[in-house]
Amino acid sequence: MTAVADDATSVRETKRDFRLIDSTLRDGSHAISHQYTVEQVVPIVRGLDAAGVQVIEVTHGDGLAGSSFNYGFSAVDEMQLIEAAVAATTHAQIAVLLVPGIGTLDELRRARDLGVSVVRVAVHCTEADITEQHISIAKELGMEAIGFLMMSHMNTPKGLLEQARLMQGFGADTVYIADSAGAMTTNDVRARVAELVGGLDVPLGVHAHQNLSLAVANSIAAYEEGARNLDGTSAGLGAGAGNCPTEILAAVCEKNGIASGVDPLALMDLAEEVTRPMMPRQQVVDRAGLLLGYAGVYGSFLLHAQRAAERYGVSQAEILLELGERKVVGGQEDMIIDVAVELARKHAATEVRS
Amino acid sequence: MGLPVAIIGSGNIGTDLMYKIERSPSLDLVALIGIDPASDGLARARDRGYEAPANGIEWVQENPDAVRMVFDATSAYVHVRHAKVLEELGIRAIDLTPAARGPKVIAAVNLEEHLDAPNVNMVTCGGQATTPMVAAVSRVTRVPYAEMVSAVSSKSAGPGTRQNIDEFTRTTRKALEEIGGAEIGKAIIVLNPAEPPILMRNTVFCGLPEGADHDAVVASVEQMVADVAKYVPGYRLKNAPLIEEGPFHTPGGVVPHRVVVLLEVEGAGDYLPTYAGNLDIMTAAAVRVGEAIAAHQEVPA
Repeated sequence: MTAVADDATSVRETKRDFRLIDSTLRDGSHAISHQYTVEQVVPIVRGLDAAGVQVIEVTHGDGLAGSSFNYGFSAVDEMQLIEAAVAATTHAQIAVLLVPGIGTLDELRRARDLGVSVVRVAVHCTEADITEQHISIAKELGMEAIGFLMMSHMNTPKGLLEQARLMQGFGADTVYIADSAGAMTTNDVRARVAELVGGLDVPLGVHAHQNLSLAVANSIAAYEEGARNLDGTSAGLGAGAGNCPTEILAAVCEKNGIASGVDPLALMDLAEEVTRPMMPRQQVVDRAGLLLGYAGVYGSFLLHAQRAAERYGVSQAEILLELGERKVVGGQEDMIIDVAVELARKHAATEVRS
Repeated sequence: MGLPVAIIGSGNIGTDLMYKIERSPSLDLVALIGIDPASDGLARARDRGYEAPANGIEWVQENPDAVRMVFDATSAYVHVRHAKVLEELGIRAIDLTPAARGPKVIAAVNLEEHLDAPNVNMVTCGGQATTPMVAAVSRVTRVPYAEMVSAVSSKSAGPGTRQNIDEFTRTTRKALEEIGGAEIGKAIIVLNPAEPPILMRNTVFCGLPEGADHDAVVASVEQMVADVAKYVPGYRLKNAPLIEEGPFHTPGGVVPHRVVVLLEVEGAGDYLPTYAGNLDIMTAAAVRVGEAIAAHQEVPA
């Protein structure tokens, strides 16, 4: 935004081997049940911006207009949070996530008018053809459009390439594959990234989750195979077992001689002093988090499944495994209630019989 | 003798409609009209003894006295032109596209209100499936906020839906408000690629204000499910309606409870496979509306 070349700017312009997109204020929203306030958003944006992060994503965890019974109501209207983020940043661009079927171009236009310049259009990894309208209109609005293929472990490398090519054809500037369930091993990531980097003209990005404790390793592997956009969140705050922690990614990059363009120490300070104190629970890989990755279930189901388990007196683990069996995809949070009720009924029937 | 009708559009929806109209005592199918002479739908129509022209709306213009009602299963863009032609010819239009030139009709809720309209619109599959549930709740208590989530198999979501998914969410939301009676509505659609394909699933959440009679809500929902099932036999509750305790901070204000209605729609399997309940509910509802209009016309003026 400013043309003044202060010290921070010159550091930023020295060298960057990839672009880092921080999603603390979008994916992290899942972990705090979408209760972000302006007072929390502003210091996180300032910290990320000062550390050299180039793109900061701010939206309800399920994207624009995600505030709902199904995904959880936002404490504060996301447009207010976006507005505050735009005002708090000096260099970083503010991005939003849009899931077609949940949000519409109406919300995207409002976000653009508030100063958002990047949109990630997110769909299940086999449904890229529903993004045509959103990607092409984002381009007409003068925004950067990133195609974002969720639950990428559920498609083959070749299948993902086909989907990514569709998005490229619609005008996407970059395509991402997201390991939304944290279900991919490092080999899974390498195979997919190699296939996509070889077959696309636009840059590739990878969004990793921590369920199998591989988020940082998978991000580095993705870089080695040619991905040039990586995602992180401060302190790993995010859906399920959490995301790739931005500060750890920055530290590992430095030790590996990869220029992240961000300051690891500044990000460590942000994680410790700003992000962690506001987290209701530390981001650990507990049984439920691991089960999501193990069974390949959408990460943001975690807390919804916990609430449904308590409400209907069934086990959270059992709910998550059944969701995996049913091949439920991201967005079908209502099926958590369905599964919980049916498990409760099944258990009751068994008790009566015995 | 039933009312002579035609279908325009020989794709999945139009062909499925053919089988359903065939069973209707009050509608007589004359023609299934397409634009591709090689289409499977037209071949099936010829086999069954119907006219199966491939010159689109022109056939209706050339034979203006052959039919009194047209079911349009083309696309929103095309229907805009068809709507004008049909109105000039004085032929009733039942619009299964999202064009929405005429009033929106949800068969179980506001069928009686638009029996004289020259053109009626069938909203969306999700709208047909969920608006009756919101109406069922709003007839016994105020509904400050209602939300529907529709999950359909990827295989059953055609190119029309895919190219303009925003239209689905907007049109369905409006139906929840204008016909369902919710003060604020929200619609969400999810495509699921699982194999074998999933049956259409719909979940309806309604915020229940302080003092709402929960037993009356549940009874009203169950009654409405039975009413819809009369014309969509595969429409059913997956589980009993659930009353969940909040508080919930909805856009319509804080409510102490919500009702959650978990629905499943299995198709009749006429032309479309049974998993495509989303397409089946549109064709079944359109036939129901056509029959009601036909019955209304029979009443001597």
